Amino acid sequence: MTYKLIFKDYNDALKQNKLLGLKCQACGAVNVPPKMACRQCTSPDMEIIELKGAGKIRTFTTVYVASEGRESEIPYVIVMVELDEGPWIMGNLEGIDPTKATMALIGRRVKMGHKVFPGDKYSAGEGARPLFSLLD
Amino acid sequence: MKKVAVVGVGATKFSGPQSKTEVELFAEAAMEAITESKLKPGSIKALFVGNVLGDFAEGQGMVQTYAAENIGCLHVPANRYEGACASASMAIRDAFIWVASGFYDIVLAGGVERAATMGTGLATRTFAMFSDARYEYPAGITFPAVFAMLTHLYSDTYGIPLEKLREQMAKVSIQSYKHGSINPKAQFFGKNRDMTVEKVLGSFVVSSPLTLHDCCPFSDGAAAVVLASEDIARKLTGKPVYMTGVGQSSSGPLSNQSDYLPRIRAREISSRQAYDMAGVTPQDIDLCELHDCFSIASLIAAEGLGFFDFGKAGEAWEKGEADIGGKIAINPSGGLKSKGHPIGATGASQVYEIVKQLRGEVEPERQVEGASAGMTDTLGGDGSTVVNMILKRGW
Repeated sequence: MTYKLIFKDYNDALKQNKLLGLKCQACGAVNVPPKMACRQCTSPDMEIIELKGAGKIRTFTTVYVASEGRESEIPYVIVMVELDEGPWIMGNLEGIDPTKATMALIGRRVKMGHKVFPGDKYSAGEGARPLFSLLD
Repeated sequence: MKKVAVVGVGATKFSGPQSKTEVELFAEAAMEAITESKLKPGSIKALFVGNVLGDFAEGQGMVQTYAAENIGCLHVPANRYEGACASASMAIRDAFIWVASGFYDIVLAGGVERAATMGTGLATRTFAMFSDARYEYPAGITFPAVFAMLTHLYSDTYGIPLEKLREQMAKVSIQSYKHGSINPKAQFFGKNRDMTVEKVLGSFVVSSPLTLHDCCPFSDGAAAVVLASEDIARKLTGKPVYMTGVGQSSSGPLSNQSDYLPRIRAREISSRQAYDMAGVTPQDIDLCELHDCFSIASLIAAEGLGFFDFGKAGEAWEKGEADIGGKIAINPSGGLKSKGHPIGATGASQVYEIVKQLRGEVEPERQVEGASAGMTDTLGGDGSTVVNMILKRGW
């Protein structure tokens, strides 16, 4: 069975600030990132949809010790955002001082852009991730 | 299904960077286990080895075959298990299943790692490979960052102010340091006895809010156990420790576990399997070696295993209920925090500790008196693999 939404297509769309997912035709669940089978009901009957990229921060951290090759990025903020369509997604948060990130971030509304990790010798190429910013 | 016993255990001292190869480390642990079992290498029918990053640490793939030949287990089937930090527990659980099935009567299982030798940069990069490489690594996720996010989520979910939670977490680290400081095989043996809440909170921040003393170290080391069927065990030892329940479960990327976080769904499924197979409940367990890769991970694990109510484990540590002599003795070895965490070996080291405790063979200051049932809990990746095992004194 052909994989409906492969990483390359998801990644190409994210680089256009479009967040793609799969909507299950059996149970209605929205799947991000894409999968062969729905994570709720395991049906493979899913269609590609575009999500709004809006949501609220559910948790966060500021990273001070980086992986080899990413030392120049620290300190940076990682967030898990609950999208308006339901799924959570991992990305970064811009527009605040990373050293000042506090629990007050939880619950804040965000909108989505993107940023590309250019890849390293282990990563089989680049990968974009959502880059969120506070809405209010 | 046949009854399965642990008839011998062995472990190296866990440490920072050191000069022995993975084969040498594993050979020392394995031969200790074989010798303690009163067996010879030729009695071993199969070898299952947890090893995660040997390819990166010393350019050695398929370490299991070299280890098998090296210790005189000539031409036996030798399998490598990779489930991040749960690798050795996966190996032992599979060994259990093979012996229980009757296909093999004696299997050696364990693991080895040289994570400390790799250095912090490469170790941090390779540990991040246990997160979703395509969809989550681009955001710069690291292992501390996973548990740092779970800390903030735990605080928000259970309504515990972050400052209060961090003090409770510091108590977890202090207890682990205390136990590890009197365990000669621990990486921090003789160290950090005078740890205080202030020192934990004041150490440098790795990934907010986690500080250095919330995090386990990178470690080198190996551990191994010999499993045998009941009939063989009875001939070998008057003190067989029976493995009465096992469980294993898996999950997808961290963000897709959102329906349960900060609870770890795979742990709740895995531990339920183990409890049901053993016919026991959390109240029947005297001690548990659980996966405290970070201080917050101890709280999450102790709740998921059913020892304390959700959101209440921090209070339990504050009251000493998770200490030796408390409601349940958690990590009397010092745990990953203080004994160390050579990831491919960790699960075997947990079984080693439970077996030694049930036999009454550990240092008196950290012996759980009268312990008859113990449990292990090993987590691989960011909640994506959990293995649990229950062990019972057989005499």
